[in-house]
Amino acid sequence: MKAQGTVHKYGSNVDTDVIIPARYLNTAVHSELAAHCMEDIDADFIKKVKDGDIMVADKNFGCGSSREHAPIAIKASGISCVIAASFARIFYRNAINIGLPILECEEAASDIKNGDELSVDFDSGLITNITTGKSYQAEPFPPFIQNIIAKGGLLNSLKDRM
Amino acid sequence: MAMTMTQKILAAHAGLSEVKAGQLIEAKLDMVLANDVTAPVAINEFEKSGADKIFSTTQISLVMDHFTPNKDIKAAEHCKKVREFAGKYSIKNYFDVGDMGVEHALLPEKGLVGPGDCIIGADSHTCTYGALGAFSTGVGSTDMAAGMATGTAWFKVPSAIKVTLTGKKAKWISGKDVVLHLIGIIGVDGALYRSLEFTGDGLADLTMDDRLCIANMAIEAGAKNGIFPVDETTLAYVTDRFEREIKVYEADTDAEYDEEIVIDMSTLRPTVAFPHLPENTRTIDECGEVKIDQVVIGSCTNGRIEDLRVAADIMKGKTVAPGIRCLVIPATQKIYLEAMKEGLLEIFINSGAAVSTPTCGPCLGGHMGILAKGERAVATTNRNFVGRMGHPESEVYLASPAVAAASALTGVITDPENV
Ligand code: SF4
Repeated sequence: MKAQGTVHKYGSNVDTDVIIPARYLNTAVHSELAAHCMEDIDADFIKKVKDGDIMVADKNFGCGSSREHAPIAIKASGISCVIAASFARIFYRNAINIGLPILECEEAASDIKNGDELSVDFDSGLITNITTGKSYQAEPFPPFIQNIIAKGGLLNSLKDRM
Repeated sequence: MAMTMTQKILAAHAGLSEVKAGQLIEAKLDMVLANDVTAPVAINEFEKSGADKIFSTTQISLVMDHFTPNKDIKAAEHCKKVREFAGKYSIKNYFDVGDMGVEHALLPEKGLVGPGDCIIGADSHTCTYGALGAFSTGVGSTDMAAGMATGTAWFKVPSAIKVTLTGKKAKWISGKDVVLHLIGIIGVDGALYRSLEFTGDGLADLTMDDRLCIANMAIEAGAKNGIFPVDETTLAYVTDRFEREIKVYEADTDAEYDEEIVIDMSTLRPTVAFPHLPENTRTIDECGEVKIDQVVIGSCTNGRIEDLRVAADIMKGKTVAPGIRCLVIPATQKIYLEAMKEGLLEIFINSGAAVSTPTCGPCLGGHMGILAKGERAVATTNRNFVGRMGHPESEVYLASPAVAAASALTGVITDPENV
C-alpha cells in the first residue's frame, strides 16, 4: 500500500478534543464528523485538505479521551496517513482498528514541513519527502496489521475468520 | 533475549519464543469481558460486521454491574440487549441481578481469570487481574467485538517499570495507600503505554485483596497493565477456584526495565488523593480539616471482604457523624453474604450506615449516592475526576477503607488512628 499527498503539519499533544470536539459527538455519521475535524486548531483544515493528503505531527498525537470518533474524522476528511513522533496508546489502537494508516517516525516528524509533498510506502515503512528529496525509514507494520488497514479496519479484516 | 513477565505471557499467547518492546503481535485470548455499558456497543459492532458465531461459550464474561439493578429505562434496555445476546449465543458467564457483582471483583472470585491468562475487557480497570499473574488490559468496543468473534487481539508489546516493594505496612495501611503513593510519585501518565511489574520482599505482606486493589489502579498511572508474580498467596487463592490450567510465568532475572521505583512500605502513612486527579496525593498528616458530606465504601478497588472487615473494625459500636451519609456496597453477592455471616453488616447498620446490594452505583456517578453541587465525598473508589460522582462542582477524595470509615465517624477526613 502506498500514499502520496501534501502535508498538514501540527505540534505535540494534539488531543482527541481538538481532533473532534465533544460538542459534535452526538453524531456517528462519518462525513459530519469530518466536517469539524481539527476546527479548533486549524479552522480551514477541512477546506484545504484534499483526498490523499498526509497529516504530520510531533509527540503524543491523539491523547485524551478514548473516542473512536477521532481517527474516524481524520480518515473521513480524506487524510491517507498520519505520521507522528509518537501516538497516545488508545488512539494508536483505535486508528488501526478503524483502518487509518499511521506511522511513528521521530526524524520525519521533526524535519517535514507544512505543505511538503510526501510519498509513503506502508510495506517497507519508507517515507520520501518529494519536495526536499530526503527519505526516512519508519518501522513497517507486520503483515497482519497491514492487512487490517488494507481491509479498512479490524472487523472487516476478520470477516473470513468469522 | 531477556523478557519481562508481561512479555513472556504475550509471547506464549502469540506462539512466539520471544517478543521485544514495541513489537506488534496477535495473541490468543483466555477471557473477553464487557459490562452493561460497553457490551451493547460491542454487540452492535459484532452484528454490523456480519459475525454469527462467538469463539467460546465459556470465555466471554458479560457482567451487568454499572447501572444495575436497572436505574432507568435506558439501563433496562441495555441489559435486555445483552441478556438476549447471551441467550442467543449460549454465553455461560452472563451475570445479572441476583448473581452479579462488580466485574473486577467478580471474575477473580469466580475463578474465571487466573495466572498466565491473556485477557481483554471493554473496561479500563480490566488491569485488575494482573494481581493474579495475568496479562490483562482495557480496550475499546471494536476490539471487544473482534475478541468475541475470534478469541484474538493485537497488541504492541509494552516495556516496563519495575516497582520494588519492601518492608511491612503499619497498622491501617493497605494496598490502597501503596498504590496512591505510587501514583503520587509517577503521576497519572507516569506509566503511559508501559507495564508496572511489582516485585520485592514486601509482596509477602500484601494479601490478594491488597494486590487486586493495587493492580486495579495501574490504569490511573496510565499503565497498559500492572502485574504481580505468582507466589504462595496467589496459589492459595486460585487453587480450587480457577477453572483453567494454572500457568506460572516469571520475569527473566536480566529483563530490562525503563526505570525502577522502590517503595519502603513501612514508611507509608494513610494517603488521600485530593480532587481532581488520583496523582494529587497527600498523607493524612497533610490533609488539614476537610469537611465531608458522604462516604462510599465499595467498588472494584475496595469493596472486598477485607475492606469491609477493616471498616467494621473501626465503626463497631460507634455512630456515623450527624449529617453524613455513609454507604457500604459489598462488591459481590458472595462478599455480601460473608459480611452478613461475620456480623459486619449489622455493625454498619447499627452505626447508621446504609448497606446496598452490589453495584458500581456512585463510583461513576451512576446512581445510589450522587453528590449535589458543592458536596464532598471520601470514597474508596479509584477516580476523582471532575463530576465523577455527581455535580461538576462536587469533590471526591480517594482513600482506603480505614480512612473512609474513620472519616464517616467524624465528618472530616480523619486518621483511623484517631477514632
Ligand atoms: S466500580 Fe467503578 S471503576 Fe470499578 S468497574 Fe464499576 S464503575 Fe468502573
